[in-house]
Amino acid sequence: MDIGIGHYLTVAACLFTLGIFGIFLNRKNVIVILMSVELMLLAVNVNLVAFSHFLGDLVGQVFALFVLTVAAAESAIGLAIIVVYFRNRGSIAVEDINMMKG
Amino acid sequence: MTLIAFFFYVFAVLCIASAAMVIIARNPVHAVLFLILAFFNAAGLFVLLGAEFLAMLLVIVYVGAVAVLFLFVVMMLDVDFAELKAGFIKNAPVGAVVGGIVLVELALLFIVHGFDLGTAGKLQAATPPIESGIANTEALGRLIYTKYVYFFQASGLILLVAMIGAIVLTLRHKEGVKRQSIAAQVARNPATAVEVVKVPSGSAIVPSSQGQNS
Repeated sequence: MDIGIGHYLTVAACLFTLGIFGIFLNRKNVIVILMSVELMLLAVNVNLVAFSHFLGDLVGQVFALFVLTVAAAESAIGLAIIVVYFRNRGSIAVEDINMMKG
Repeated sequence: MTLIAFFFYVFAVLCIASAAMVIIARNPVHAVLFLILAFFNAAGLFVLLGAEFLAMLLVIVYVGAVAVLFLFVVMMLDVDFAELKAGFIKNAPVGAVVGGIVLVELALLFIVHGFDLGTAGKLQAATPPIESGIANTEALGRLIYTKYVYFFQASGLILLVAMIGAIVLTLRHKEGVKRQSIAAQVARNPATAVEVVKVPSGSAIVPSSQGQNS
């Protein structure tokens, strides 16, 4: 049986859904929420590379490269914020982040 | 079953299984390690798709930098993770509903449209097709250093901003720590550093002021 684009899109859809599920499942733990966001970005990258391969167009891979860059920057800043927040409050629970009453 | 199909299923199943373990693992260190496994398997999928450069980038950037950063933060913060796990079961139905809705929507797209690239194939040719005999890395390099060079520079700028931002956020100056003061050292001259005292014979030296030449 041949592996078509549908197979790759199915894998990406499962990964994306697991990422969304993880955000709701671990609503208190910021670190796991960040990891779930990374999973969702990985699913997007799988989609982009799969379309790039099956359409014979390299721009999808270029875009996946940029998504990778932004994801790396995002996780670095997010973890820095978590470290600073933990230093100030001694906790990383999402419920405790209510200083601005938003 | 061809070899490619076999490896696709191995990578896909392992990737999804380890992604599931990321979100249900009790120990966050295990979650990070499963995240690394998921990224390795996604890199395998990229290799199957002929995107070797992105696969290696995924291994280097994610496994080498981002996942290790996660591991570092998880181990550095002294957090009671058992307490953070409370409400795990309570939140599960909401997550299941939202995740189920997204999955059903994606499945509906699959059922209604299928993955026929017949029409989408006409949208291509944003770039010239990949010539045969050129490696993926070379083809990608020809593209990002010519047509997409400004975007490439912009992504470098994003990384620079992220680096400076992370340093500015986490750097702190402690009080009461002795540091080297370059300006004070350079400003010293013989007049301030050395005190010439005329000592009469047969008497002792009494310090005129304390800490003058410190």
